[in-house]
Parts: sequence; structure tokens; C-alpha cells
Amino acid sequence: MSKTPLQFRHNGREVAIFVDGGTNLLVALRELIGDMTPKFGCGQGGCGTCSVLVDGELYLSCLTLAETVAGRSVETLDSLKQGPNLHPLQRAFADNFAAQCGYCTPGMLMAAKALLDRNPQPSRAEIVEAISGNICRCTGYEPIINAILAASGGRASA
Amino acid sequence: MAVTVKTFASSNEAAAALSSDRAARYLGGGTLVMRALNEGDVSISTVVRTNDQTLTRIDASGPRITLGAGVTFARVLAERDLAFLHAPARSIGGPAVRNMGTVGGNLFAPNPYGDFTVALLALDATVAVQGGFGARDIPIEEFLQSRERQAGTLVLSVSCARPASAEAFRYRKIARIKPKGGSVITLAAHLPISGGRIAGARIALGSMAPTQIRARAAERALEGRILDAATIAAAASAASEGTSPSDNALGSAWYRREIVGVHLRRLLSGQE
Repeated sequence: MSKTPLQFRHNGREVAIFVDGGTNLLVALRELIGDMTPKFGCGQGGCGTCSVLVDGELYLSCLTLAETVAGRSVETLDSLKQGPNLHPLQRAFADNFAAQCGYCTPGMLMAAKALLDRNPQPSRAEIVEAISGNICRCTGYEPIINAILAASGGRASA
Repeated sequence: MAVTVKTFASSNEAAAALSSDRAARYLGGGTLVMRALNEGDVSISTVVRTNDQTLTRIDASGPRITLGAGVTFARVLAERDLAFLHAPARSIGGPAVRNMGTVGGNLFAPNPYGDFTVALLALDATVAVQGGFGARDIPIEEFLQSRERQAGTLVLSVSCARPASAEAFRYRKIARIKPKGGSVITLAAHLPISGGRIAGARIALGSMAPTQIRARAAERALEGRILDAATIAAAASAASEGTSPSDNALGSAWYRREIVGVHLRRLLSGQE
């Protein structure tokens, strides 16, 4: 089976890889590029922990055929890092105890980023909607919602 | 297992490739086909795609609207002229699934999915498909009844008449998780009113049979009547007639038969 060359922008940097037919974007990111921040959860689109931004839109990388991102921009959780400092969303997650086991956190942060990029001051209901595709089995969601509210300048206890 | 991915510039070429290979599957938004590949579905050896822009067109200006098969639910939600389809579009997945999942793919989504198709069935939509022998239009009900045989055809678009009023079209999805979750049952009703009476009642149900179906007994109970308490009660009691739901993790067949009338009554009487 021949491999297909694939070029796209990964967190602002041009990357070029060869993918097998049918390879999903999550496998391409983790195994071929070495970006381990998007996680493999269900492989079915049910959990959201593989969430990334493709041209600024929230996508499930496990359900994205890798070659469909040719020439496009893919952002993962790794794009949030700012040297030694945490991104404001990461800081808010830490301050509000929004991560427990941490497995959902990469997807939650990307879903939150997708929301705040378009809507910098969302309501609580809009936050609930924005993370509705992401499953957390530890926190009961309230600390995550509060963290996103806090990062957007809203009152965490609202 | 690696598959062969074939990408075509035009929908014609994609349709030809699809109809000539039984093990080929068309990839739209990926939420069904990539999931199957992730689960190791060996029946798929070729994935067919097209970048044809005509598949992503929306024509929502007139009394009859047309959605290209590749239109995502996020785009339906962004279109003010498609307000009557916002409730079904919003009931699907989370934001990422709505950014990816398409109107055409939803026609093939098995239970407990395929909610948008329930709405299209109640609206008497027409499905435009391209097979090996050219393009044709199929009524959505006929399309769904022969869905197993449609895998070799490429869906180009769906179209339907805009409901006469917001009141005339209603939609309700029952899920255990809100706002996201698979369907326990999904209901859509189109009740055009002519001279104060219902003319052309359509009730469509999801998760009540192997594919989305019309509740014809309930439609008969509504046809030609005034939408009053007695009519609603008659339609509700007929709601499960002709259905053949299955058990799954979200609910049993028995439960679905028990609740479908309750939810149809609430839908028709405008209750939350």
C-alpha cells in the first residue's frame, strides 16, 4: 500500500509527512509528528478528548481523515504553551480544579479555546453548549465551566 | 488496515468510482466512515471523496430550500433563512460533530443517530442522487426504505419546501444526556393548516424502526381535523402503530413504544 505525502501547518509550523490510506489526523499528530497533546479516547466521536482546531474550527481529530487537512492549519493543545507560563485558560483550569485525572483536559481546553476565540465573553449556557461534546468522568463539569468563565473574565461562581 | 483513498475533482467522477466498487464508501464529514475505519471495518477497502464545491451549496432564499450533501450542521445553524431546521441541527452531537457531520451523511446514520433526517422526512424532502446511470430525485421515504442499496450512489443534495409557518413544523429529540446524546426517540411533525384544518399531516419518527419512519396512523388521526385535545389524543394513541423499535443501551423497545405517544402529545400540544 503506497503512502500519501501530506503537508499542513501544525501549530504555526509547516510539517510534511507520509500517511497510509485511511490514517486519521490523531494518529498522524501523535505517531508521525510526535505531538502527544491530543488524546485517543473512544475513536468514535463520543468523548472529545482528541479535539483540535482545523482552520480555527473545532474538529475531532480521530474522525478526520489526515489527508483532508492538506494545506490547512491544525492547532493542538501544544499551541497554547507560552514559554514557561501557562496560557490563561490553562491557568484558570489549574486555579479552579478543573482537571482531576486530566484525560479530558486537552479536548476541554481546545473546545474552550474554540468558544473564546469567537465569543470572548460567553454566558454559562454557551459554555455548557461549547463543551457538550467533551466527556469528563471526574469533575462533574462544574469546575470546568467555572474555569472557562473565569478565563473569560466572568464570575466563576455565577 | 490501510485503505485506498480516491479524491476526485467532480461529484460525477466520485459517483462513478462509488458505483463501480462494492467495497467503496463515500467519505463526507467522517463521523460515520472514519468511525467505521477506526473500529476496523474490513468491508471498506476504498474511500471515495470529492472536493466538488457544488456539494457544499446552500440555497435557502426561496420557498423551496436545497442543501448540498456536504453542508455541515454548523452551516445550517449559521443560516438565518434555515431557522426551521435549527432545532434538529442543534440536537446533533457537540460543536465538533456539528462542524464535521453533514446533511448527506445523516441520511445514512443508523440508530440512535440520524435526527436531521427525521426532520427532513416530516418535511417530505427529496434526495438528489447520482448513480452509475445518471442523476435522479428520490422521495426521502423511498430513499430510506432502500437505504441498504443506496451505498453505491452518491447523494448530491436534499431539498424541501419551507414550512408555511414556524408553528407548522415541530421537532423534539428525547435523549438521556442534555444537550448531547444519542436519541431515545426523535419526533418531527409538519402540520400545514388549510381553512383551519390540518391538510397534509406528516409525523416522522427516529429510533422507532431500523430507519426513520412515518407514523401513518397518527397522520390519519390528524388529517382534516382541527388540532384540538381530542385530535391530539387520537394521534398520540396511534403513534406506536406500525413501528418496530429495538432495544439498545439508551432504551428498550418496550420503553420506546410506551413513550412515543406521550412525546407526540407533548409535541402537538406545544408542551416543553
